[in-house]
Amino acid sequence: MEDTRFAGGDDRFRFGFEDPDAMRALRRKKSRARVEKLTSLAEAIRQGVKPGSYMALGGLGEIRTPMAAVYEIIRQGIGDLTIATKGSQHDWYLLLAAGLVTRIDASYGFADEIRGLSAPARRAVESGRARVIAETTNAGFQWRFKAAAMGLPFFPARTALGTDTLHHSGSKVIEDPFTHRPIELLPACYPDVAIIHVHRADRFGNCQIDGNVMEDMELSHAAKHLIVTCERLIPESEIRRNPERTVIPFFMVDALVEVPYGAHPGNMPCLYSFDEDQWRIWLDASLTDEGVAGYLANYVHEPGNFDGYLERVGGLARLRALERIEAGLDPYPPVATRRAAP
Amino acid sequence: MTAAERMIAASARLLEDNTTVFVGTGMPLLASVLAQRLSAPGLLLIYEGGGVGGRPQGRLPIQVCESLTYRDGVYAGSMDYVMALGQAGMVDYGFLGAAQIDPYGNLNTTVIGPWESPTVRLPGSGGGADVASFAWRTIIVMAQDRRKFTPRLDFMTSPGYLTGPGAREAHGLPAGTGPYRVVTQLGVYGFDPGTLRMELLSAFEGVRVPEDIQAASGFEIPISRQFRREGDPTAEELAAMHALDPAGVVLGG
Repeated sequence: MEDTRFAGGDDRFRFGFEDPDAMRALRRKKSRARVEKLTSLAEAIRQGVKPGSYMALGGLGEIRTPMAAVYEIIRQGIGDLTIATKGSQHDWYLLLAAGLVTRIDASYGFADEIRGLSAPARRAVESGRARVIAETTNAGFQWRFKAAAMGLPFFPARTALGTDTLHHSGSKVIEDPFTHRPIELLPACYPDVAIIHVHRADRFGNCQIDGNVMEDMELSHAAKHLIVTCERLIPESEIRRNPERTVIPFFMVDALVEVPYGAHPGNMPCLYSFDEDQWRIWLDASLTDEGVAGYLANYVHEPGNFDGYLERVGGLARLRALERIEAGLDPYPPVATRRAAP
Repeated sequence: MTAAERMIAASARLLEDNTTVFVGTGMPLLASVLAQRLSAPGLLLIYEGGGVGGRPQGRLPIQVCESLTYRDGVYAGSMDYVMALGQAGMVDYGFLGAAQIDPYGNLNTTVIGPWESPTVRLPGSGGGADVASFAWRTIIVMAQDRRKFTPRLDFMTSPGYLTGPGAREAHGLPAGTGPYRVVTQLGVYGFDPGTLRMELLSAFEGVRVPEDIQAASGFEIPISRQFRREGDPTAEELAAMHALDPAGVVLGG
């Protein structure tokens, strides 16, 4: 029988990889100066997200994702993006629905967990408007970012061996010289740009995150260019009083924007819950291309900026209600799930 | 008695007390919390977003990363941390769904049709292949019909026993791991220790064995010598699961 144990994936499926010495050289040029990083959302996106970029967005699922930045990318129409769908959901579905994503490096996508399969994401791929270029797993992406963050060409793992997932990834399988068993080598992944939404940051870019950090420690250190949006700007003294709370230090951050409620309609741990009303509107709109276009016009283009968006989704009264739910003061509302297509 | 109620009760009965389970949202989570409430108070829930040991109140988590996954819990970490826990052998049960399964418990959650031009694009591995690789015992809960129980997957997303005895170890997957049970609307399946192929362990009341089992499978499923009837959910199980999902998000409206 043919020995398939070392088949692995091949170079056609390897994206986001760079030579670690080239990346060290890039890091050498990265400023260590403690300088102001604060800028506007429009400027941060214009400077940091280029057509054709390989992009990864922080948070996971619909938790602490940089939605304000996503809306701004859509307003600026920056397209031909490759997206790492590292457990990603609403953030990249909107970019895809807006026609800005052409290539998908996939681990999890195409569904909103319990809310159901994502109609626009499926339509885009099943119609050929966008293409899945490779598969991996959630741990796979995590450890690909970890390799990049560590300046390594690969990270070893024992996941998905013998599967089509591994075959359609950029991983290699070699004989581990210690145990003499096959071991998977996940290629490092250096996104051109990452955008991460955090709870607090000082103006130099020192960031604190409450709750689970998901993949953001590694992703922030893997990306070639890092944009951070934060709920709240804090004085540097607050960072220095609790340095153990810093998840992303200032020298990794290229641009910083203060965007309260920047993860809406997702959950920002300890601050605000999912906006189920907004989910209901989106899930219904997402069933048809016309619905999607209407949603983007109504909630992204016409408001002109994120403040306008927040007004349109219900303003302060709505946002306060979401805060009360997350604080446990009000009960969770019914969960919005996808209805059948008309 | 609905199919979902039966599947959730049967799944919950599989989980032993004082063990760890890596859960996704939906049926796996509802079954795990049900077990916690009724038979396995020491069951520790681990979520891929980094939450460990949360004791959710108000509703069940709808996302594996949301803050509710670690509210009243013991740890709020990272994907790196919980996946490493799994790979290091600290996860007893993995709990997965699937669109297709083959006789060796290999799973497809990626595409129906060819990968290059799929008829249906599904979510992909997510953490599924990781869980199926790392957990000591993987439980699969899914609806069963002839297309879902197939001799040949359209795409093997997550490893079951691959091609049979010895294959997981030969490919370098952690030793002693693999699919443990498959729970469907008809019953509960295990894997023959000799062949590592699926076999029927129990069937719900009213399910004709083997006719109904075979009619809903694209491959032959032998009946285990330990075959028994799977009891329907008790009044206590039903009350507890509906209390956990009053809106019927998982159980149906």
